[in-house]
Amino acid sequence: MTNYNDAKIILEAKKLEAWFGDFQAVKGITVDYREKTINAIIGPSGCGKSTYLRCLNRIHEEIEGARTAGEVLLEGENIYDKKVDVVDVRRRIGMVFQKPNPFPSMSILDNVVIGLRLQGISKRSTLLETAESCLRKAALWDEVKDKLSSMGTSLSGGQQQRLCIARALAVNPPVLLMDEPTSALDPIATAKIEELMNEIKKDYTVIIVTHNMQQAARISDFTSFFHYGNMVEHGQSSNIFTNPKEKSTEDYISGRFG
Amino acid sequence: MKLNYRLYRKAKNIMFLILTLGSALAVLIPLFMIIQFVMVQGASSLSLDFFTELPKPVGEIGGGMKHAILGTICLVILGAAIAVPIGVTCGIYLSEFRKSRLSKNLKLSVDLMSGIPSIVIGIFAYLMVVVPLKSFSALAGGIALSIIMLPIIIKTSEEILKLVPDHIREAGLALGLPRWKVILFVVLKGEISNLLTGIILAISRAAGETAPLLFTAFGNMYISYGLNQPMASLPVQIYTYAISPYKEWQKQAWAGAFVLMVLILSMNLFARYILTKIKDKKGIS
Repeated sequence: MTNYNDAKIILEAKKLEAWFGDFQAVKGITVDYREKTINAIIGPSGCGKSTYLRCLNRIHEEIEGARTAGEVLLEGENIYDKKVDVVDVRRRIGMVFQKPNPFPSMSILDNVVIGLRLQGISKRSTLLETAESCLRKAALWDEVKDKLSSMGTSLSGGQQQRLCIARALAVNPPVLLMDEPTSALDPIATAKIEELMNEIKKDYTVIIVTHNMQQAARISDFTSFFHYGNMVEHGQSSNIFTNPKEKSTEDYISGRFG
Repeated sequence: MKLNYRLYRKAKNIMFLILTLGSALAVLIPLFMIIQFVMVQGASSLSLDFFTELPKPVGEIGGGMKHAILGTICLVILGAAIAVPIGVTCGIYLSEFRKSRLSKNLKLSVDLMSGIPSIVIGIFAYLMVVVPLKSFSALAGGIALSIIMLPIIIKTSEEILKLVPDHIREAGLALGLPRWKVILFVVLKGEISNLLTGIILAISRAAGETAPLLFTAFGNMYISYGLNQPMASLPVQIYTYAISPYKEWQKQAWAGAFVLMVLILSMNLFARYILTKIKDKKGIS
């Protein structure tokens, strides 16, 4: 079993809670994530795992009536602190969504570099270099290098999702959140994304919500099991999937519910 | 018994078809009658002079409405220059901050605004601009037209921006972009051509208005570009000529009506053309 104790802790949630109006979707999660690991979050539908993920880059608060409590520490700094600018938080914690959502009416190239360009970087060579390296990391470069100026939306679903990954990587966030990134994709496209996740793990910390337990077992170093807004169990994936401590975790991963 | 019932059902079906089809055709009849009427009367009175000449005194043959055509173009541009920036920004507010209380009240106000009779808008502009400046002016006409355009532009931009799915906004925010940049460079940028269509529709609506211009821009018989001077416009010129007792002027009014109609129809068709082109393009994804 790999020993992660020496790896630096990059992101920590402390008693993190989240509400939609009166409904509490996340009920006090405390957990830490180590640098350059893939962390999977599994659990039945409606268990609060997506909401929890959306609290980690403060996108949850964009929804009407949504609020949070508790702390999220990014390299030791609480991102919910009043002094912290939410825009900076999101530059350091990227996100890939469930449904591929490339910006319409924008070329493939523009989609990748828009984050940088709107940050004020306009040097063409820099943008092109970033675009190429990010598209390579997202395993899309070979497929699109000859048509960088065609629309992002003209790509297939799997390609669009990899484009969104490249777009998120372009602003170079140390942490990347992925909210069921492959649930809308076929097995081949899914395999490609899992492959690229293993590559980007060398430079980034990934937290991925997934419905697919095989996927979690295949790609993740750590797995958390969520149920009714609580984190039932968290540990190294090899442990969780072979030797779960909690009864409900075992029931879920053996397919007895969910 | 069974056969009877089936026949009855079929008969009801056919009745309903006739009813809906009949109503649809009934709508088209007046439209085509107007177009045909104006075309026959207008085209026969139309000549090249109409576009290049100024009006001639009563009794003299010929003359045209060059000044009114130019005047309408100026007034519409002036109106759009006022209404487009305000209207689009207001539409952005309504769409992007739709849950605020101001937004809800604003929406109601815009609906009310689009229901104000155009003659009332003319009186308003008269009181607000003409009276203080002590003169009919192109400025007053432009302002009156901008009030006609505003609710149309606000409504269409709001609707267009609302159609942009929220996950696009979230994707922008998640990249660490400030909200205003997401709105301007992600949400709005993708919808520019759609917005343009809404603006063209608003302009074509305003271009045909007579009432707001009657006592604001007022009209004259020569070319003038001064904002503080009266300015001629096609609808007012048509109105003046049509109620005159002179045969020659009445013919000119028909020609004017024809030109105005073609102008507005082509603007509308152009807007629709852009719209379908966009839809075709989006259909690929």
